[in-house]
Amino acid sequence: MLQKIYDWIDERVDITPIWRDIADHEVPEHVNPAHHFSAFVYCFGGLTFFVVVIQILSGMFLTMYYVPDIENAWRSVYYLQSEVAHGQIVRGMHHWGASVVIVMLLLHTLRVFFQGAYKKPRELNWMVGVLIFFIMLGLGFTGYLLPWDNKAYFATQVGLQMAEQVPIIGDELKVLLAGDDEIVGAQTLTRFFAIHVFFLPAALFALLAVHFILIRRQGISGPL
Amino acid sequence: MKKGKGMKFVGDSRISADRTLSRIPKDYSEYPGRTEAFWPNFLLKEWLAGSVFLVGFMCLTLAHPSPLGGLADPTNSSFIPLPDWYFLFLYELLKYKFASGDYILLGMIGIPGIAFGALLLAPFLDNGPGRRPHQRPIAVIMMLLALASTVWLTYTSASHVNWEERAAMDQPTPPNSVEIDTSHEGYGLYEASCLSCHGDALAGGAAGPSLIGTEHTAEEIGVIAREGTEGGMPAGIFTGSDEELEQLVDFILTVNEAAAE
Repeated sequence: MLQKIYDWIDERVDITPIWRDIADHEVPEHVNPAHHFSAFVYCFGGLTFFVVVIQILSGMFLTMYYVPDIENAWRSVYYLQSEVAHGQIVRGMHHWGASVVIVMLLLHTLRVFFQGAYKKPRELNWMVGVLIFFIMLGLGFTGYLLPWDNKAYFATQVGLQMAEQVPIIGDELKVLLAGDDEIVGAQTLTRFFAIHVFFLPAALFALLAVHFILIRRQGISGPL
Repeated sequence: MKKGKGMKFVGDSRISADRTLSRIPKDYSEYPGRTEAFWPNFLLKEWLAGSVFLVGFMCLTLAHPSPLGGLADPTNSSFIPLPDWYFLFLYELLKYKFASGDYILLGMIGIPGIAFGALLLAPFLDNGPGRRPHQRPIAVIMMLLALASTVWLTYTSASHVNWEERAAMDQPTPPNSVEIDTSHEGYGLYEASCLSCHGDALAGGAAGPSLIGTEHTAEEIGVIAREGTEGGMPAGIFTGSDEELEQLVDFILTVNEAAAE
């Protein structure tokens, strides 16, 4: 039955080459922890992606309750934490995932760095990876404000003061982020929400796609 | 099969699938070493590693519920701002003399810019042929130094913070959704005498505690309104008649009853 469905689709859209690209490839011995236990360091990248998937899913569920406005943002998070079934767990996953993803990214980066795996021909993929790191830090910065509690508010205020000090574009940058050159308020919250939920994830997905396509094209670096 | 610039790719769509041989992939024995098929053999093992990771992650989540502080209060001037832990090293850097004041741009853009720029351009700065760490000592030492200073800055910053006191100062109080009956005869008295400190919703403020959930009896509230509390509210705030005091106390208790429902 499954084979028939597969054949039916394959006849029309020729998915076999796509399938071969995604899944039909060899895993070399030196990255397989079943053969060399120390190869677990090669898991860090995959686990980072795993946490990213957790973040995407838990974030999608959080937006079912979250209200990005200064009157209700904190109340909606409080309600989610105290009233909604499993709300605390879903928010907990998003909260801790934000930290764990940074840790895993760091481990993955260090593995690639100390193995010199970024050398020719993989320079581009390294740069894409570092950009993903920056996007993640941006997601952390913008997501921190959203619960609209004291620590979020004052940390963001400091962050915006720092943005203001950037030479030449400082003022414009601050207004772009905060929506006003003085007030950290309603506009700031909606902008951070939009950046956190639409702009940065869009950039993240694009970069992740490039990252994975490059891995599949170039293969994993050989043993040291 | 060779295509393009002569690079060899395995399982790549540019190796056009031979339609006559159906979809049976190349025999894996054609590849050197103890390789393994990604699908489904290796993926099954990856699931296992992922599951173990997920169990650990969920234990962390369940053992430590995500914290939520009190509702943001822009007028709170005593709150010490602190970023999320992975920005602490940048925050701590700005406390050094050479990275603050007149040199703020150096601390804010110069040093992090050089560090992150070097990270981004690492393949071009470290462009020798050797991949082993001992074949590229400069890159490795730079990375170790950057790593050590980041860890050190994060540690220094975090160790100066009294996390328990911070959490205690920033507790979430339940949102006050009580309807205040402004037509109550005691409301005008409350507005005149108490509202400036205890807030328009009786939820308290910087100068006075919340009146909702009070454990005092009607008599005690009456006494406190006139004579204040020890070390807290001063005496003589309410100066109305006994009848007015009764109305005020009744108003406060009515709101409390409504809140308890």
